[in-house]
Amino acid sequence: MKFAIGVLNLNHLVKKLTVQDAFPMNAPHPTELQASPHSALETPVARPAVVARKASVIYQAADRPVHALSEIDFTINRGEFVSLIGPSGCGKTTLLRVIADLEPITSGEVLVNGMTPSDARERRAYGYVFQAPALFPWRTVLANVMLPLQLIGRSKAECEAIAREQLGRVGLAGFEKKYPWQLSGGMQQRVSIARALGFEPKILMMDEPFGALDEITRDKLNEQLQQLWLRERRTVVFVTHSIAEAVYLSTRIVVMSPRPGRIVKVIESPLPFERDLSIRDTPEFTRLAQEVREALAEGHQ
Amino acid sequence: MSQNRFQQHLVPVATLLAVGLVLWYLLAIWLNAAGVIERVLAPQGAWSWQELVAATFSMQRPVLPVPHQIALDLWTSIFDAPLDSPRNLLLHAWVTAGATLTGFLMGLVLGGLLAVCIVHSRTLDRALMPWIVASQSVPVLAIAPIVLIILGSLGITGMLPKATIAMYLCFFPVTVAMVQGLRAPQRLEMELIHTYSASRIQTFFVLRLPSSLPFLFPSLRVAIAAGLAGTIVAELPTGAQAGLGARLLTGSYYGNTLQIWSALIMAALLGVVLTALVAAVEYLIVGRRRQA
Ligand SMILES: Nc1ncnc2c1ncn2[C@@H]1O[C@H](COP(=O)(O)OP(=O)(O)OP(=O)(O)O)[C@@H](O)[C@H]1O
Ligand SMILES: [Mg+2]
Repeated sequence: MKFAIGVLNLNHLVKKLTVQDAFPMNAPHPTELQASPHSALETPVARPAVVARKASVIYQAADRPVHALSEIDFTINRGEFVSLIGPSGCGKTTLLRVIADLEPITSGEVLVNGMTPSDARERRAYGYVFQAPALFPWRTVLANVMLPLQLIGRSKAECEAIAREQLGRVGLAGFEKKYPWQLSGGMQQRVSIARALGFEPKILMMDEPFGALDEITRDKLNEQLQQLWLRERRTVVFVTHSIAEAVYLSTRIVVMSPRPGRIVKVIESPLPFERDLSIRDTPEFTRLAQEVREALAEGHQ
Repeated sequence: MSQNRFQQHLVPVATLLAVGLVLWYLLAIWLNAAGVIERVLAPQGAWSWQELVAATFSMQRPVLPVPHQIALDLWTSIFDAPLDSPRNLLLHAWVTAGATLTGFLMGLVLGGLLAVCIVHSRTLDRALMPWIVASQSVPVLAIAPIVLIILGSLGITGMLPKATIAMYLCFFPVTVAMVQGLRAPQRLEMELIHTYSASRIQTFFVLRLPSSLPFLFPSLRVAIAAGLAGTIVAELPTGAQAGLGARLLTGSYYGNTLQIWSALIMAALLGVVLTALVAAVEYLIVGRRRQA
């Protein structure tokens, strides 16, 4: 485990790491999966990755202040896949940005791994996938994926090995030497996902990553992302407008409503962790989708 | 296809060139006629118009020399004297090119540093920018002698004063373009780097600098041309021993119009070569990076 570590709480951190190593996130116990899909979350060692207490964000717009987030109370545990869903303008992006230290909160408290978002960022906790791929046009696909690793000073060979592996995982082996403009939109978005994953972030943040893609590509990427989560059990915070996407991917769905931005309902998913796209035809899936839809409609009134 | 397009372009270009040459010769006859008649033909008595035309094309010190005279003079001043002789025009071009390139590189460094300061500090932006703009509204012709005198009094002579003048003209386009280029990264790109906790220095080398290159290179072509003009101007008042500016000066001192024109053409050629050099570097660095 290599990160830049603040000098002061070195000991503290080392202790934490050992605990974490004893319960590796990326090796799910098969027994857990069979017994109950939630045992991993309900064990006493389930530690929160993100805690928000009465967190508010108020933008000072020209005419009057906009309450983008109003007293959000909410916890994300490690290893959870949480989707944020809600109508446009309800503050999903703002919430994601607050967690990733891209936006300051006006009041309240947000803790990430027990630290302020800013400290967590300095400990390289985040992999943020934006709605647009945000690849650097002067770097090849491989060099784009290597970028975050280079920033933390990994050796060149190491960066390249990790980048190649991640590109393989998102199905882009063989495209390393290409430039972003030689790739389709879906491929570019996969590169940006590989870039975020290669960084081995504690928390993967995704803001409508598949919003601009066609249905078929989207399904494929959803499937890949779900498998990836199952394999690595990284904490994921995922923003989407699609009910089907949220239900298919998540272990928990957070339904939000606008003016002021707040959480209307948090829905635990009863679906098993191991899923494929055919799960969308099961009655459980339909029931869950219906519940989300009703919550959305409720919030809209 | 490309053959076809080449031919399509060849005809209009050749036509324009031919028209230009004909006009040049006609203009030369008209401008030189009075002098030729007075000094060459009239003393001999009667003369025909053929004699007049021939004489206007072969004057020693024509008001306007014709192209083939200039070409001949260029040829002799390049190939008939040894390379290290002060009579060889290539030597002068070499001296000027050296000073220009040195000044250009100094201007690149100075302009780049100023841009970095301006982009990273709001205070410096406010403090420096007005002075930088003001500096360019002072004509080189006024600045050059002052700089040369000051540097001369410090015992600095030769190439460096000329390079300083070239730098004075080079740094401005570099600064303006670099400031724009270093600020070119989109908010999204900055936020991406921010979530990865990149330091300011990393942000500069990983994002800002590469983003600025497409802005920088066009300005470098402007800068090197301006630097060449600056060097030549700096060679005028020094009574420099060598350089295209010195050739221009001695040419005009002795009324040797042919020498002036040869030096002018040489300066133009040098400008083309230097700009091509910048273009080649641009191709090497950003050529493979095409836009979507
Ligand atoms: N920089 C800003 N300045 C002022 N108001 C803002 C700013 N960013 C967002 N807002 C406002 O805050 C509210 C929440 O915005 P946010 O982008 O979080 O919504 P969202 O849920 O992500 O919407 P969408 O689904 O359309 O992406 C909106 O009403 C928006 O107008
Ligand atoms: Mg949004």
